[in-house]
Amino acid sequence: MPKLVIRNGRVIDPATKLDAIRDVFCVNGYVAEVGEKLRATGAQEFDATGLVVAPGFIDMHVHLREPGFEYSESIESGSRAAAAGGFTSICCMPNTSPVNDSPTVTSYIVDRAKRDAVVNVFPIGAITKNSAGEELAAIGSMKQAGIVAISDDGKPVMNARVMRRAMEFAKAFDLPVINHCEDLHLSAGGDMHEGDMSVRLGLRGIPAASEDVMVARDLLLAELTGARYHVAHISSRRSVEMVREAKARGLLVTSEATPHHFTLADADMPPYDSNYKMKPPLRSTCDASAVAEGLASGAIDVIATDHAPHSGNDKMQEFEKCPFGIIGLETAIGLTLERLVHPGKVSLAKMIELFTLGPAKVLGFAGRGRIVTGGPADITILDPERTWTYDVNRSCSKSRNSPFDGHQFRGGPAVTVVSGEIVWRAQ
Amino acid sequence: MPGLLGIEPLDRAEIETILERARGFQPPRNSQDHSFKRLDSLRGRMVVNLFYETSTRTRTSFEIAAKRLGADAISITASASSVTKGESLVDTLNTLTAMRPDAIIMRHAASGAPHFLSRYLPTPIINAGDGTHEHPTQALLDALTILDRLPRLEGLRVAIIGDIAHSRVARSNIHLLSKFGAEVVLCGPAPLLPPEFVRIAPGVSLTTNMREAIRDVDVIMMLRVQLERQHEAAFPASEYFTFYGLRLEHIELAKPDVIVMHPGPINRGREIASEVADSQRSVILNQVENGVAVRMAVLERVLLN
Repeated sequence: MPKLVIRNGRVIDPATKLDAIRDVFCVNGYVAEVGEKLRATGAQEFDATGLVVAPGFIDMHVHLREPGFEYSESIESGSRAAAAGGFTSICCMPNTSPVNDSPTVTSYIVDRAKRDAVVNVFPIGAITKNSAGEELAAIGSMKQAGIVAISDDGKPVMNARVMRRAMEFAKAFDLPVINHCEDLHLSAGGDMHEGDMSVRLGLRGIPAASEDVMVARDLLLAELTGARYHVAHISSRRSVEMVREAKARGLLVTSEATPHHFTLADADMPPYDSNYKMKPPLRSTCDASAVAEGLASGAIDVIATDHAPHSGNDKMQEFEKCPFGIIGLETAIGLTLERLVHPGKVSLAKMIELFTLGPAKVLGFAGRGRIVTGGPADITILDPERTWTYDVNRSCSKSRNSPFDGHQFRGGPAVTVVSGEIVWRAQ
Repeated sequence: MPGLLGIEPLDRAEIETILERARGFQPPRNSQDHSFKRLDSLRGRMVVNLFYETSTRTRTSFEIAAKRLGADAISITASASSVTKGESLVDTLNTLTAMRPDAIIMRHAASGAPHFLSRYLPTPIINAGDGTHEHPTQALLDALTILDRLPRLEGLRVAIIGDIAHSRVARSNIHLLSKFGAEVVLCGPAPLLPPEFVRIAPGVSLTTNMREAIRDVDVIMMLRVQLERQHEAAFPASEYFTFYGLRLEHIELAKPDVIVMHPGPINRGREIASEVADSQRSVILNQVENGVAVRMAVLERVLLN
C-alpha cells in the first residue's frame, strides 16, 4: 500500500477552518490522518516545513482539446500542465471535435484520462447538440457517463427558451448549468474590449454590455427555473454586481473569474499581440478591479483558468484572424498570490478556498476541495515566497500562448499530490 | 525607427522633416514643367508593393515615387499571388523577405497586420493602410496639401466628416493634426462616431451635427462612405447624404477660404455633392499630386536611414 506523509506543513483547509502546523498521512490514495507528529511507518516522507499544505486545487474550466485538436493539447499534456500549476483536478470543456455532447464522447474522455492523465479529469458536457444552441444534448446519459456540469463554453446559448429548457432539465439531474455569457449580436466581429484601446487600434470592440445582457437574462431564467447556474469567466463590473444581487436574493447562482481578468486590462496589451486575445476580452481597469473585489467579497466563488491552448501557427496571424484564448494552468497560483494575496486583498485561506472549496461546492463534489480523513488524498503544496520565472517554452502544455512568458513570480505551487502520489514538484 | 507604421508613434519634428523633404520633391509651382524631378538617390534599391486590398492611387503613387528616386519597384496584389493558394501572411512575407527587398510597402484589411509582421521581419515595412487603424502617408500628404494653402497647422479648425469609426484616414489625420495643435472636430452618424474618440488625442471634439461641425472651420475633410467596412447597417443609408453629405450650402458656414479635402475615391452624391467636389474650394486633386512627393520623402527616409 503506497503511503506518503507530509510533515510540518502549515495546513490550511477552508472547509474545516483549519490553519495549523500539521502532518498529513496518506494511505492508498486517501487521507488516513491529519495530526501532529504522526507515526507513519513505511511511508514516503515529505518535509513541508515552511510550506503551505492545502486541499488539491480544482480548475473547473480548462480546454484539453482532445479529441480532435491534439496538436494544441491532449488530455495527457494538459493534465501535466495542470499538475505543474498545482491543480489536482480539472474539468474539461466540451468544445472538442466531436463535441462532448454524447455519452460516447464522455466515456472516451474518461477512459483516456484514466490512461493518460496525471490529475483527475472531470468532463463537462455540452448543453446542446454540437453546441449549436438548438437541441438539448444527451444530458442525462452524459451524467451517467461522468459529466459534472453542462456548458456550451466558447459559445453562449443564444436562444432563451433553449436555455430555460436546459436549466429545467439539468436541475432534475442536479447538474450546474455553466454559460459563456456573450450576446453574439452585440459582440459580433469584435476582437477586444470596446473602449479607448479598441478605438485607438482600429479593432472592433466587444462591449461589456454583450456580457451583461446575457448574465441578466440567465439570472432571470435561473430564478424562473430554480436551476443551479454558474457564470463562466465573469469579466465585467456590472455582471459581478448582478451576480452579487442575485445571490443576495437567494438564487442558486455562482460565478468564476480567471486570473488574467483580475491581472490585466485592455490597455496592458502590446499593440496587436494575440497572446492578449481571449473571450471575454481583457476589459477596463475598473472591470479588472471589480473582479478582484468580487473574489474578495464572495460575489465570485471560484478562480478558474479557462486554459485555452492554441498552437503557434494559429496565433501567428493577423490579430483579427487569431483564435481567442490563452493558456493559464501554470500561472494561476502565481498571479493570484501576486495580485490578490500579497497586496492584502484576500487572505491566503480565502485564496485557497477560491481554488478548492469554491469549485467543489459549485460542482457538488462531496469529498474534494477539503482535507478530510477518508477523503481522496489530493493535496496542493504551496511555497508562497519562492521566486521563479515563467518560461513558456518549458511549459508542460503543448501550446505557448501566454502573455506571462518571462514574468517573475513570488510564490507558486511547490508539490502536487494526486491520490497520495507526488505527480509534480518544483525544480 | 525602421519603416513607417503610423503617425501616432512619430513626433512633430519627424513629421516636419518628412514634409520639408516632400516640399523639395513637389513640381515647381510657376514653371511650365509640371513633372516631378527624376532623381537617383535610391538607385539600386528595391521596394515591394504588397497590396492585400485594392488601391489605385496609393499603390500607383508609391510606385511612381520609388521610380522617381531611381529605385526598382514591383507590385504584388493578393488576388494574383500565392495568397489565394492559402499561404499565410507570415509565410508570404518571409518568402518576399528572402528575396531581399529594401522595404515592403503594405496595405492590408486587418488592423495591425504590418505591426504584427514588423515584430518578426527585419525588412522595414511602410504601412500603406491597415484595416481601420492608420494610413500614415495619407495624413502626411493631407498635411502637405493644407500647408500649400495655409501658413501653419497650429490653431486651425479641421472638420473630419463621415464614417469615423472605420476610417484609418481619420485616425492618422487626427494624430497628425493634434500633434501640431490643430483643433479637430469629428462628425458623423452616431453609430460611426464612438465617444472614445474624444480621448484619442488632445484637441478632439465630436458632434453628430454637420452644420455645427463645419461652422468656422479652415479645412473640411470628407471621408468616403466605406460600404466594404460596414459589417452591419449602422445607419439608414438612404439618409446619409441628407444629413452628412457635403453640399454648397455648408461651405458658407465655414471660413471664407476653407478648403475641402477627400482621400478618394469619391462617391459623388453620397458623401459629397459634385458642385463641391469640383469647386474652387476643393483640393482633392492636389492631394493626389502631393501623394507622390510625400511618398518619395517617406521612401528616402526609410531607405537611406
